[in-house]
Amino acid sequence: MNSEAVEQDGAAGIAADIRGFVRANMTALTTAELRDEDNIFEKGFVTSIFAMQLLVFIESTFDVTVPDDHITLRNFSSVELMTGMVAKLKAATG
Amino acid sequence: MSARRPAEVLDWARAFAEEELAPSAGEFDRTGQLPGSVIRQLADAGVLGAVVPPRWGGAGMDALDYGELTEVVGKACSSTRALLTVHTSLVCETLVERASDRIKDKYLPDLASGRRIGCFALSEADAGSDAASVTTSYTRQRDGFVLNGRKKWISFAGIADLFLVFATDNGVLSAFLVDRDTPGVRTAPMTGFLGNRATHIAEVVLTDVAVPEENLVGRIGAGFGFIANTALFHGRYSIAWAGVAIAQAALEEMCTYATRREQFGVQIGAHQLVQKMVADAVTNVDAARELCRQAGRARAERSVEAVMRTNIAKYFSSTIAQQVTSDAVQVLGGNGCWDQYPAERLFREAKILEIIEGTSQLQQVMIADHGYKTFARKS
Ligand SMILES: Cc1cc2nc3c(=O)[nH]c(=O)nc-3n(C[C@H](O)[C@H](O)[C@H](O)COP(=O)(O)OP(=O)(O)OC[C@H]3O[C@@H](n4cnc5c(N)ncnc54)[C@H](O)[C@@H]3O)c2cc1C
Repeated sequence: MNSEAVEQDGAAGIAADIRGFVRANMTALTTAELRDEDNIFEKGFVTSIFAMQLLVFIESTFDVTVPDDHITLRNFSSVELMTGMVAKLKAATG
Repeated sequence: MSARRPAEVLDWARAFAEEELAPSAGEFDRTGQLPGSVIRQLADAGVLGAVVPPRWGGAGMDALDYGELTEVVGKACSSTRALLTVHTSLVCETLVERASDRIKDKYLPDLASGRRIGCFALSEADAGSDAASVTTSYTRQRDGFVLNGRKKWISFAGIADLFLVFATDNGVLSAFLVDRDTPGVRTAPMTGFLGNRATHIAEVVLTDVAVPEENLVGRIGAGFGFIANTALFHGRYSIAWAGVAIAQAALEEMCTYATRREQFGVQIGAHQLVQKMVADAVTNVDAARELCRQAGRARAERSVEAVMRTNIAKYFSSTIAQQVTSDAVQVLGGNGCWDQYPAERLFREAKILEIIEGTSQLQQVMIADHGYKTFARKS
């Protein structure tokens, strides 16, 4: 596998983990399907307190520290944005 | 500044609560004042900075010991415990987790040592349970922000030096640390409360208050999702233990009275209907304390479960505190309705816990959702 493929595979794995965590914590009575680009707060899939849990989940699952300037609701608002952020943080820490 | 060890802080608090706080709690409640000398002693003994890491002068206490500390203080005096909820849990713990190093270095040493007292200014007349609907506003200025608005029900605002204020800029919520002596900050005391009477509750009026850029806590837009929710997560844990504390105090009143008072020629504790109230109280207090410990362990492990464990503990312990204190009043009969016994004060204090840090109804909504997710069969 070339390094780009490894990276993509890594990103896909990250996305799968985050998607799984969001799905498991989505408001139970919603029937909507979660798409990676959905804003999970605006769509009412989760409440804002879940943002904190996402932060804990991301830091403990991917062994990264989310720096202060990344802790905005927007960075945690979709599977896509969180995946991008985690991939960037992992790349930065090698 | 010499940081104290957690065990020292707890030992000191046990003695202080029993010898100084418990005998005076009725007077604090009647006068509506928590004396400065009490706050000073708590500060000097390291109680107010209990959970702050030693790096900033605190005791670095863990969640379980802090829970016990909250119970010890809260059993003796609810208003004093409320100072821990507000200053230590809502403000200090939130800054430890979410503030920049610059803010921590600037404010945490004074907060940990109790040289300055912090309070938490989220609620407004039209923003209670729906706290994200605050209308206190901030606008950007060249080197900071300008805040305008009016906060209501702010515990300890009457005496606090620092206010953790939540404000909005067209729906983008942010959090700011505001010094009391900033021009444009005014507080207006509120009185006439059911409980928490010695917590110096006030309105906080902000008129063109200039806040420096460095006093923004977290980033723009982090205000509700991360800062307020982090604070309420800690505040709820404190209130969960506050429920255990009040219920334990009521249980002791009820048992003591039931074994001394005689009617129909026997101790009232011999009547089976009284025994039912006592048995329920013993069982509920034990169960609430275990739920709090479970939440404490989840917090210590930084588990993602900690939020729900805390909600469940807060909901249960505030509910049973209300039941146990009501039964304590019942067991004490007329004396239960008289302020020469602590039962009536405990009864009033317990009701507050079902309303603050997210009402019982809001906890029920979250817990039911957790129930569907966890227990509904998938097939
Ligand atoms: C003693 C005391 C101290 C306080 N200290 C502080 C402080 O230090 N800082 C601060 O910011 N605030 C403080 N508060 C304010 C407190 O946080 C609010 O009172 C609380 O959040 C409830 O808001 P509310 O009073 O506006 O009630 P409301 O939100 O108007 O609720 C009224 C009733 O409607 C129910 N309800 C509302 N929404 C829903 C829903 N979606 N589903 C079901 N039921 C619902 C509630 O459960 C409640 O029974 C304090 C309050 C008290 C009484």
